[in-house]
Amino acid sequence: MMNNSEFILAIVFQLTQLLLVVLAAPLLTGWVNQCQAWLQNRSGAGMLQPYRVLHKLFHKDAVIAHNASWLFRITPYIVFGCMWLAAAIIPIIAVDLPFSGVADVIALVGVFALARMFIALAAMDIGTSFGTLGARREMLVSFLAEPALLMVLFTASMISHSTQLPRIVEALAHHQFALYPSLAFAALAFVIVLLAENARIPVDNPSTHLELTMIHEAMILEYSARHLALIEWASSLKLFAYISIGIALFLPHGIAEVGNWAGLPLAIVLLLLKLLAAGAGLAVLEVVTAKMRIFRAPEFLGTAFLLAVLGLLIHFLLGT
Amino acid sequence: MPIKHPSLHLERMNGAIPAWRGRITGEDLQPICQNVCDGGGRLVALWGSDERAQGHGFALHVVLVNENGLVCLSVPLPAERPSYPDISRIFPAANRMQRAVYDLLGIYAHEGNDHRKWLRHAAWHSGSFPLRKDFDAAQSRTEDLDNYPFVQVEGQGVHEIPVGPVHAGIIEPGHFRFSIVGEKVLRLEQRLGYTHKGIEKRFESMTLQQGAKLAGRVSGDSTVAYAWAYAMAAESIADTTPPDHALWLRALLLERERVANHLGDLGYLGNDVALSFGFAQFWILKEQVLRNNATLFSHRYLMDTIIPGGVAVDLTVEGKRVIEQECAMLEQQARILRGIYEEHAGVQDRFIGAGRVEPKLAAQLGLCGLAGRASAQSWDTRVQFPCAPYDKLDVQMATYRNGDVAARVIVRFDELFESLRLLRNILVNLTSGDELARPLDQLPANGFGIGMVEGWRGEVLVAIHSDTEGKLTRVHPHDPSWQNWPVLEHAIMGNIVPDFPLINKSFNLSYSGQDL
Repeated sequence: MMNNSEFILAIVFQLTQLLLVVLAAPLLTGWVNQCQAWLQNRSGAGMLQPYRVLHKLFHKDAVIAHNASWLFRITPYIVFGCMWLAAAIIPIIAVDLPFSGVADVIALVGVFALARMFIALAAMDIGTSFGTLGARREMLVSFLAEPALLMVLFTASMISHSTQLPRIVEALAHHQFALYPSLAFAALAFVIVLLAENARIPVDNPSTHLELTMIHEAMILEYSARHLALIEWASSLKLFAYISIGIALFLPHGIAEVGNWAGLPLAIVLLLLKLLAAGAGLAVLEVVTAKMRIFRAPEFLGTAFLLAVLGLLIHFLLGT
Repeated sequence: MPIKHPSLHLERMNGAIPAWRGRITGEDLQPICQNVCDGGGRLVALWGSDERAQGHGFALHVVLVNENGLVCLSVPLPAERPSYPDISRIFPAANRMQRAVYDLLGIYAHEGNDHRKWLRHAAWHSGSFPLRKDFDAAQSRTEDLDNYPFVQVEGQGVHEIPVGPVHAGIIEPGHFRFSIVGEKVLRLEQRLGYTHKGIEKRFESMTLQQGAKLAGRVSGDSTVAYAWAYAMAAESIADTTPPDHALWLRALLLERERVANHLGDLGYLGNDVALSFGFAQFWILKEQVLRNNATLFSHRYLMDTIIPGGVAVDLTVEGKRVIEQECAMLEQQARILRGIYEEHAGVQDRFIGAGRVEPKLAAQLGLCGLAGRASAQSWDTRVQFPCAPYDKLDVQMATYRNGDVAARVIVRFDELFESLRLLRNILVNLTSGDELARPLDQLPANGFGIGMVEGWRGEVLVAIHSDTEGKLTRVHPHDPSWQNWPVLEHAIMGNIVPDFPLINKSFNLSYSGQDL
């Protein structure tokens, strides 16, 4: 049990993480885009471009369809809230955050699912064909991605005997150094899920203007101004959250413990380096792959599920 | 004589393209078309004209082509209730052309089964016809929209997706109505005409020189092809030949246009499968060509470089060296990129089998140009009817049988390399300092001429009628997109919705060029 001062300290850590994440998430998106620009021989718009876009969108007047219901209006806030909550649960800079006890990994997947459900409903709410098209495709992708994600998380849970992310990180980071073959498979599966869930190539193309090929973009075609800004920001947060889960599961070394002020700067620097590396890796992956036909997505995500299950099996077979 | 028919008397027209002209009555139209169709010929263009000022009624003009050359048939029609027998059952591509002729001139295709408006879009009153000489443009504002029933597909789970004319990206406007089950496309119906700007009407009040500028702006990506076809038509009426040097330069410009467009399209095709690397690389190459165009010919897209009678630009020795170096660079770079495209499993998986048009269907529907050659339709004006200087260049036609997106990509690559070879050949033959043009100021009275040039998209035809004073009275620019848009409706059938943009891009048809 924490005493009072420890509790305040934990709250400070929690708030630091919340602020850091919400402010830094667009920067990560900007970094990925900038890396892609460099890889394509373009000079690029700069890492700060997502902030400029958000600034622009927040200063515009929203155009909303006449037949839009409250669902359409409220969805951007719910989605943004869900993603921020997810980012609060994940141990990003420190392990024992007060909020992390609120939800375990299964609930975390649920939070993502909640956001997705609202955005899909809002897409259909307007009644345009693209919204429905996008919602349908999103459901196709996500119902395959979710079980794979759960399997990945279960593999980590098996190793650490807990579904709480802080326990998992502690178990993985603070154990004596050991190789986990099961985690290697899980990591591969996780990368596939990350690509699919964040509307990245090869499953979706976040920068396309071809409305017939869109998945995520088709669902938000009718959004403008502050609503669109929140959704864009939420997408950045989601990418940040996913990469942070990846870091927590597969590269947890360096995440600070609450109260460890000395460890905090190092934790932040290490986090920064890991994010830079992950963003650059994502950019490379996206530049060298083409988007697959949408009906290849089930095979692709099926592979993720298979890899995740293999990870689990290996854990049982080898006991590590 | 390209075609024989008892009641057909053809006379050879002047000009660079082997073409014949004949007048026929309405009753002979269908049998002659059937005859040409059975012999493997195609419909190239169809337009109407108002000749009431010359004491006649209206006239319908149909250009057909077979392996011997072009045949232009003129059908005189009465001033009251002009109509002619429908030929869209013989040449399906005629359907939209006939509907456009009705919208513009009120000339009606009887026996036809599709009389929906094609071009009008409430830009003028449904009872008036803008290409008639007595049309009053002041009264053209109207709100009366046409009832345009799309063909309905019925069955369990079938629904429609309407797309456009306003799109999510910045592209030309067109409406596409998909009938789908799940992601599978059962039927696509296009509705175009949103970029109708009255180009044909505008020609009527222009001089020959002004007309050359306008012809170069019918479809911006094919400006050289249009300007050359226009000049060729004018030269055919005046029975003059431009200087040799000018012809070499025209070929140089046309091949540069082809190179730039093929590079751009290959980039776009990469982009449409989200291979942004390919997109960026090809567009760097295209940009290099455009910048060299700007330095050498004062215009990135080569507008206004060709004039009736010759060319308006020359190439210096230094310029020749620039193009030589550029060709070598493009050749090397494009070969590397071709290797990357061909070895990229993800790209090939998207390209192969998508949007297939079988050669048989392509022949039946009259698919032409680049897309036609990818479906084994071996038509290339530069090869079949090589006007100078192509008669000295021995162009190798690129054809392929598969008819899918991959085939259209292969044809683009092959034509790109062939154009680079031609450019080098042209440079060898080009002697600088020669005469650039024998300018054409005035056309002979009551003349009629056609010019046809193989643009990068396909055959571009321009027809010019001059009046009793030798002024332009009717100019009809014809884009190959007229033939190819309807085939796209067939290419997408059975494919999935998200593959449509890729298939569409592999045809890359013009909206502006056919909406006029």
